[in-house]
Amino acid sequence: MTSPSLEACSLTKRFGAFRALDHLDLKLVGAKCVGFLGPNGAGKTTMLKLLTDMIFPTEGECYLNGISVQRERKQALADVGVLIESPEIYPSLTPRQALEMVADLRGIPPQEAKVRIPEVLAEVRMEDWADKRVGKFSKGMKQRINIATALVHDPEVIVLDEPATGLDPRGMAEVRGIVRGLRKRNRLIFMSSHILQEVTDVCDEVALIDKGKLLFYDTLASVTSRFGDGHTTLDARLARPADPDLTVKRAGALSGVRSCVVMEPTRLRLNFEGPPAERERLLRDLIGLEIGLVSLAASEDALEEIYLRQISRGDL
Amino acid sequence: MKYQLREYLLSRRFVILLLLVAAIGVLITAIVAHFRGAYVSDNLSFYQSLWGGGAGFVAVLSAVFFGGDAIAGEFQNRTGYFLMGLPLRRATVYVGKYLAALVASCTVLMLFLGILVANGALYFGAGALPGQLAPSLALAGAYLVSVLAMTFLLSSLFKNGAYSFVLTAILFLAGFSLLQDFMQGLAQLQPWELISYASQTIGEVFQPRVNWGLYGVGVKAADVGGGGGVALHTGNVVAWTPGIAEGAVIMMAYWALTLFVGLALFKQEEFS
Repeated sequence: MTSPSLEACSLTKRFGAFRALDHLDLKLVGAKCVGFLGPNGAGKTTMLKLLTDMIFPTEGECYLNGISVQRERKQALADVGVLIESPEIYPSLTPRQALEMVADLRGIPPQEAKVRIPEVLAEVRMEDWADKRVGKFSKGMKQRINIATALVHDPEVIVLDEPATGLDPRGMAEVRGIVRGLRKRNRLIFMSSHILQEVTDVCDEVALIDKGKLLFYDTLASVTSRFGDGHTTLDARLARPADPDLTVKRAGALSGVRSCVVMEPTRLRLNFEGPPAERERLLRDLIGLEIGLVSLAASEDALEEIYLRQISRGDL
Repeated sequence: MKYQLREYLLSRRFVILLLLVAAIGVLITAIVAHFRGAYVSDNLSFYQSLWGGGAGFVAVLSAVFFGGDAIAGEFQNRTGYFLMGLPLRRATVYVGKYLAALVASCTVLMLFLGILVANGALYFGAGALPGQLAPSLALAGAYLVSVLAMTFLLSSLFKNGAYSFVLTAILFLAGFSLLQDFMQGLAQLQPWELISYASQTIGEVFQPRVNWGLYGVGVKAADVGGGGGVALHTGNVVAWTPGIAEGAVIMMAYWALTLFVGLALFKQEEFS
């Protein structure tokens, strides 16, 4: 069996005079979760629509599992699960009927579908709603059914367009849980998102796009070290509120610490320069300051900082 | 196709259309019962006036109901994004929806026919179905497939179901008839380009001296309402009656052309 793959070759899309994608090249191979980041209007959804033949490229071509989407749509999409633009399922259908329809149209034998549909409904936690009409569902419930329809054939490649957008915090957490589950099953997941926390949380790699051009594509670890200017942003959690002057002054004076800022009364942000091994020493030093340190970890906002820096560079 | 058909058959609009056609049937039954003499002199004029006059209207109504927003609605309701992620050829989606709308429309048309046949059986006996009903049914079928194909084409032009729905209704319920009147009455032209002209054959089949040919016949102004004298291509012709073969050819040409163009448009349509 070959590795799942997704490829965009010199992909260009113009809407009139507006160039939504500009000779974008991207190749993803193997089982992993890739976050596709970019500001509004960067070309994320355009890229995903081109990948799934919803729109047509002005130039270039896309391949899914090595098959041209533009030339062989049916074959290219056969082993791909797609969720783009939060589609509406026909309101008169129940989730079970919608999934039966998708399974049938995808050529899954009825006996196999009978087993698979309850599984996928359980995966998105909609088994209790399997026989209620979709038309009466909330946005979050519809989105979970949409995810189920993308997964019913257990695809090798999964393309998700901001799957958690518009959901409440619980719904967002559930969607993240679903994506994490998929990642464990060795699938290639290509997921656009506005939510950097989501990308940090579930993705192995990240691709950043702005103004139709790919700014970078790499593993999360490489991106944070490559674009972090050699610094690591660390968050120190304290058991008690920090003294804004004294604590900042003492922590800021520690070896390798380039700056220290109080983010919240019980959270300090340290800009640290040094190899990972040096962090052990930093941890010991911070404990020695007796400021009530309870944890020291890489900042969850590191990707956001890189993202904003890269985007603003593009604006110049 | 089967899923779209299920969607149509479970839809509120299907129930409304069935009720509407049933109401038309009840009205016809009441009118025929009241004005018996005018309609039940013989079974040919009964079917010519009621089936010939009503089948086209019911076909248009069905096409507007099921085809008016068939494609545009996929954009407007965002259900197209659901379908387009599936490994289906665009032609499969288009033709599947078309066939589903056709089956649903045929169901409605058959209901209308059933009401008329029941009325006919009441007045002329159960076995008094005229032989001309078969070609008339075929012509009504040809009209339905072509009207539906044109409705799908118009629906492919819009991304808003309401626009395509209204345009289709106006065009078929009034537009073509007005154009035909204009062409015949003012321009004194044979309106062979119009599908409404071709649809007259559904009733013309029941005429005692039916013209099965490829060319229509024109009626002079002086003869309208007079004795049915005919004059081919004369200056003062104000009404035209299509030949049966002519009508069938026009309808099939509409069907082939509009289905082809509609499909080509849908294949190029972007879900942007």
